[in-house]
Amino acid sequence: MTDLLDRKLLFVTGKGGVGKTTIAASLALLAAQRGKRTLVGEIDAKGNLADFYETGPTSFRQREVSPNLWAMSMDTEESLKEYLGLQLKVPFIAKIGPLARTFDFVANAAPGVKEILTVGKFLWEVRERSYDLIVVDAVATGHIAGQLAAPSAIQELVHVGLVRDQTGWMLDILGDPAQTGVVIVSAPEEMPVNETLELVDRLRDDTVVDLAAVVANRVLPELFGRGEEEVFDRLDALPEEVLVEAVGGPVRQLLDGAEMAVNMRRTRAVHLTRLREELPPGTPILYVPYLFQRSHGARATSQVAAHLAEELGY
Amino acid sequence: MAPRRKSQASAGSLEQLLAAKEIVIHCGSGGVGKTTTAAAAAAMAAVHLGGKVLVLTVDPAKRLANALGLEQFGNVETQVPPAAFAAAGVEPRGELWAAMLDTKQSWDDLVHAHAPDAATRDAILDNPLYKNITGRFVQSHDYIAMERLYEIHASGRYDLIVVDTPPTRNAVDFLDAPERMADFFSSRLLRWLTVPARSRVLTMASKPFYSVADRILGSKFLEDIAEFFLLFQTMYDGFVTRAKAVTRTLGDARTTFVVVSTLESAPLAEAEFFIDALEERRMHLGAVVLNKVLPGWFLDKGTTASAQRLCSAADEVAAALPADLGDPAQVSRVLQEVGESFLNFQVVAKREAATRAELSSVPEVVAAVPYFTHDITDLEGLLELGEKIWR
Repeated sequence: MTDLLDRKLLFVTGKGGVGKTTIAASLALLAAQRGKRTLVGEIDAKGNLADFYETGPTSFRQREVSPNLWAMSMDTEESLKEYLGLQLKVPFIAKIGPLARTFDFVANAAPGVKEILTVGKFLWEVRERSYDLIVVDAVATGHIAGQLAAPSAIQELVHVGLVRDQTGWMLDILGDPAQTGVVIVSAPEEMPVNETLELVDRLRDDTVVDLAAVVANRVLPELFGRGEEEVFDRLDALPEEVLVEAVGGPVRQLLDGAEMAVNMRRTRAVHLTRLREELPPGTPILYVPYLFQRSHGARATSQVAAHLAEELGY
Repeated sequence: MAPRRKSQASAGSLEQLLAAKEIVIHCGSGGVGKTTTAAAAAAMAAVHLGGKVLVLTVDPAKRLANALGLEQFGNVETQVPPAAFAAAGVEPRGELWAAMLDTKQSWDDLVHAHAPDAATRDAILDNPLYKNITGRFVQSHDYIAMERLYEIHASGRYDLIVVDTPPTRNAVDFLDAPERMADFFSSRLLRWLTVPARSRVLTMASKPFYSVADRILGSKFLEDIAEFFLLFQTMYDGFVTRAKAVTRTLGDARTTFVVVSTLESAPLAEAEFFIDALEERRMHLGAVVLNKVLPGWFLDKGTTASAQRLCSAADEVAAALPADLGDPAQVSRVLQEVGESFLNFQVVAKREAATRAELSSVPEVVAAVPYFTHDITDLEGLLELGEKIWR
């Protein structure tokens, strides 16, 4: 198996709310820390990737946000402009008024074109070898397969023209497991696990892209070790005043809190087991613990990066 | 920051809101619990308010779908069996119905309704681009969800329709989807696009457009698309009229929006953005439901002191406890773990409290749903959640 960070292009996806951007930001940070020239790009329009590094807003222009780490956000119109400039040698393109309308047409009416402009930009950067690794904070699980299937769809629907001509090399890079892979971020809850498993099937059936890894994010730590839960049960069964006396303060909610933590962990363990059992054998699963953090900023990103490093055996 | 539009905290409740409205649209970013919240609100309405209540959902968890009797996929409206309510120990005053949104089926229905004749209809349904475009067309899911809502509401079959919106890249997309659809079908662009098929005469205005589009996509593909849209244009009038009616429904006084969010920063930022978008469009914000909120007692001062003592002096506490609890070293470790766990969750609870205080624009109804440690998989669970937000 290719080492995750030795690939050239990783699409990080996941159901909304599982921490997809956190993982993408952390993987990119980890690669940069390990000396790889890394680009992290965000596709979602939400534009909060910058919050994970605490740097100003990102744009289509790639910008170095920390040593070895460049960040950008996708803008399909900019991507089209760049593409037209590079591929068609149309220098007057910036001047002509109908560009915006052409873009509307291209993006809205022609299926797959918006997708190919997005995916194609990153594939282009891979082809140009501008970076050692490109991490894409991609669209959510519901949309990613369609996006990654765009070059194949275009090949089927469009028979001539410049976009068609581009699909060949794109599919070569997309379909090469040594270069490209998808990382699915999941969480130990019912819907994220469902969507992860569904996406694994769709990636296999509809796209040429390899599944690189699954990240099980927000895994609650086991509160009690072996035999300790029995001790806790006996503590819990004591008359409350005995415990209050020994502790010297209120204890009811301490016990409630511990019970809650144990129950949460137990409910989630069921989903985690299902994830592990139903993924294709051999799929690398990286476990990232639930972090009891003050915020979601740069501190959290570096903590998650450290956990990923551990999981990857660094 | 002072709340912009907050009236008395007790001025409203979800109960009052659902009793007064006919359409309740749940929205918010993915993973915050929209589907569950919508189903819980609908179940509560069926139980307490009566009438015929429909929950229109997009992609429910399998076990929840089963609980609602949604075994068959598709647009079929199914009644949640009274037995399910009996099993949950309640006797509903009204009926609860559920339906799932099937995008492809809904598009097909739309074509059936608006195609001028059978030949055009079949030509569209058979067009290879049709499936591709309805599946991928930007915001086609959003549009179809709103279109279907309109259709059901206009049918007069239900007293109350509770809707769960599709996960979108941008939560406001579906608010504008009907209008955008109408714009698209009346746009100059579409006329340009269909020019070669209509007359082959290029106007001055469309020439540069064509030379670029041709080079990018090739004229054959353009012609394919043009043919498809020519067919679609036969449905133009029906479509645009319809899309406008859908937009009106969203802004109707009988329609309200419930914004669902957790207290994490990204979903909450999106919720705020959405609240502003509703205000801009003069659509009614009925309630904000904050989901998966940790209990407030994690902030209790006395308990915090107890937890700190367990962390710093677990051995002493263990020594003061009855000896039959177990090995004192193990008891001490358990006490320390209990203390640490409490303080860990307190960090998150504090962050949540701070985030909640920052919520700048607040409607009359704000409900908080506590963190459920178990999954909600049946009607009883839905009603349990519903009780937390109802009054």
